Amino acid sequence: MKGVGVSPGISIGKAFIINKTEAALTGIALENDHSKSIETEKFNKAVQSAVNEVEAIKRNENLALTKQEIEILDTQIEFLNDPQIKEDVIHKINSENKTANDALIEVFLGVSEMFVSLDDEYLKARTTDIQDAENRILKNLNISVQPVTVEYPENTIIIAEDISPADTIILDINKIKGFATRLGGRTSHAAIIAKAKGIPAVVACGQDLLNIKNDDAIILDGSSGDIILNPDLKTIEEYKIKQTGINEELSLLKSLKDIPVQTIDGHKIDLFANISGDDDLEKVFENGGEGVGLFRTELLFLGRNSFPSEEEQFQFYKKVAIKSNNKPVIVRTLDIGGDKQLPYFGIPHENNPFLGYRAIRICLNQKDIFYVQLKAILRASVFGNLKIMFPMICSVDEVRLAKKCLQEVKQEMEFSGVGFNKNVETGIMVEIPSAALMADILAKEVDFFSIGTNDLCQYTLAIDRMNNKVSSLYSHFNPGLLRLIQNVIQQAHKQNKHVGMCGEMASDPLATLLLLGMGLDEFSMGAASIPGIKKIIIGNSLSGAREICQKVMEMDNSESITNFLLKELNDFERLHNS
Amino acid sequence: MISKDYIILDPHGMHARPATALIKLARQYKSSFSLKKEEKLIQMRSMLNILSIAAKYGDTISVIIEGEDESKAVAAFDYFFNEEMKKF
Repeated sequence: MKGVGVSPGISIGKAFIINKTEAALTGIALENDHSKSIETEKFNKAVQSAVNEVEAIKRNENLALTKQEIEILDTQIEFLNDPQIKEDVIHKINSENKTANDALIEVFLGVSEMFVSLDDEYLKARTTDIQDAENRILKNLNISVQPVTVEYPENTIIIAEDISPADTIILDINKIKGFATRLGGRTSHAAIIAKAKGIPAVVACGQDLLNIKNDDAIILDGSSGDIILNPDLKTIEEYKIKQTGINEELSLLKSLKDIPVQTIDGHKIDLFANISGDDDLEKVFENGGEGVGLFRTELLFLGRNSFPSEEEQFQFYKKVAIKSNNKPVIVRTLDIGGDKQLPYFGIPHENNPFLGYRAIRICLNQKDIFYVQLKAILRASVFGNLKIMFPMICSVDEVRLAKKCLQEVKQEMEFSGVGFNKNVETGIMVEIPSAALMADILAKEVDFFSIGTNDLCQYTLAIDRMNNKVSSLYSHFNPGLLRLIQNVIQQAHKQNKHVGMCGEMASDPLATLLLLGMGLDEFSMGAASIPGIKKIIIGNSLSGAREICQKVMEMDNSESITNFLLKELNDFERLHNS
Repeated sequence: MISKDYIILDPHGMHARPATALIKLARQYKSSFSLKKEEKLIQMRSMLNILSIAAKYGDTISVIIEGEDESKAVAAFDYFFNEEMKKF
């Protein structure tokens, strides 16, 4: 059976079923004002006790609550104390002669229905929070709705209709290895807390979950959402191996996430990620990325029939700007052509598309496309820390022309009173050998460089790496390429300009120490590669990396360089893991 | 009385945690606070009411403040909606 995996990891354990007794209406009608005031009093007391319970969880120092968990508990207190609910319940007691129990159940039923009817997945998921509030108050009205706290056996996997956020917070993670719920969603508070606690969890499993009985053996995969009931020995062994791998990876992630990225001798490095949209950002931050070194904007232009409007582009960039929380985001202007074609933008057949009409060459020739994108990026720039980067630059004229276009757009926006960040930094991709060779000239024009090693490597070595016959010659450790990269970094640093790298080489662990030694300021890569590269950076010194770099630059072929770097990396890992 | 429009900057909209923070903020002032989205007008005391207007990312809502310390309160709300809301 399968649900939605909301907290990664694998647990293997025994099922423990939590059943909720449905709260029942009594149907009793109150006969006089005296009993009404007793019921009102009972209700107020029950609310107060319920609030006290949550306050007690909040104050429990043994739980070592995070800021987020405290916020979630505060939310529960607000639900319990909600004046609208209180007013409605007391009204029902007094005008409709209902008992506190019945009034409460009816009011919460109405509230739940209202939330479920809202056309909003997030708010639908709040139903759990509301039911928790209801159950807590009901329990304090002396009606047994939930079982009292139980001692869970070792290796328990909880199976329930749903788990309230407060219950998730107090789960004993020494015994509880995971939970699966019939209801719930990705944004439920229980899911958020499970993730923070590192308990694998699967929600929204549906009716199938009812087939599970107490003490059934279960495997729970919190990433894929798979639940395996009564697995055979072979499957258990398979999952145990998988579990060890995932646990190692998760603990590496967790242990590294909040450590600043700097070498042993205190040299700080920017460890950034490459993204294609705001959805990627969550993974970036989870993996400890501190910004975006390459935001590819092509995603918005693909899979449609016409160019996206300024407004659509603005919304797309704005989402990224907001979600990135003022961390730097380098937005690359449109890089189409070459191997990336748009169906609605026909580029006539070219013999050499990689040497043809692409990227900035298109933008500077068909400026209407460029202006719209620049304006949308500038409009979004007030929502975060956006920087603009031009791809495929081969001459200084292109940089100047691109900057002139940007200036024109800024002037027009200023004239019409549209807000933007006036200090938006601009930079270029260095991915054409001529640009790398004249880095000294180009550095005067920009705030930063980002080296695109994939294109730079294939243009420098004249190798199409999709061509099997020659792809074995492709290596980013070719001494010629390394000299180009070193030149870019040195020339930029002479003018105090920042140099990043967003190509594949930045995520190659073999290259990390070499690039560090060359003085690279920023490494940008797919989010998943960040922890591995971070481990290398924080475990080494800049001085050691410089020595490695010096040795490499004295070698004359990529094979000996690769072997040398492999040995260095192995030595480091042996030392680090011992 | 001060009425001011804000854009919801939290990508998840006005969800439970910001709503809680909003109620707590309002409690610090003597003024009374209401929220308005399109035709829906609610008091800013009840979590349920705030959630029920289902304000999504990018929606515009009006905050109506009335009372002796309204001008002091509006500065705090400016900060809340323009800065704090991005951080939940």
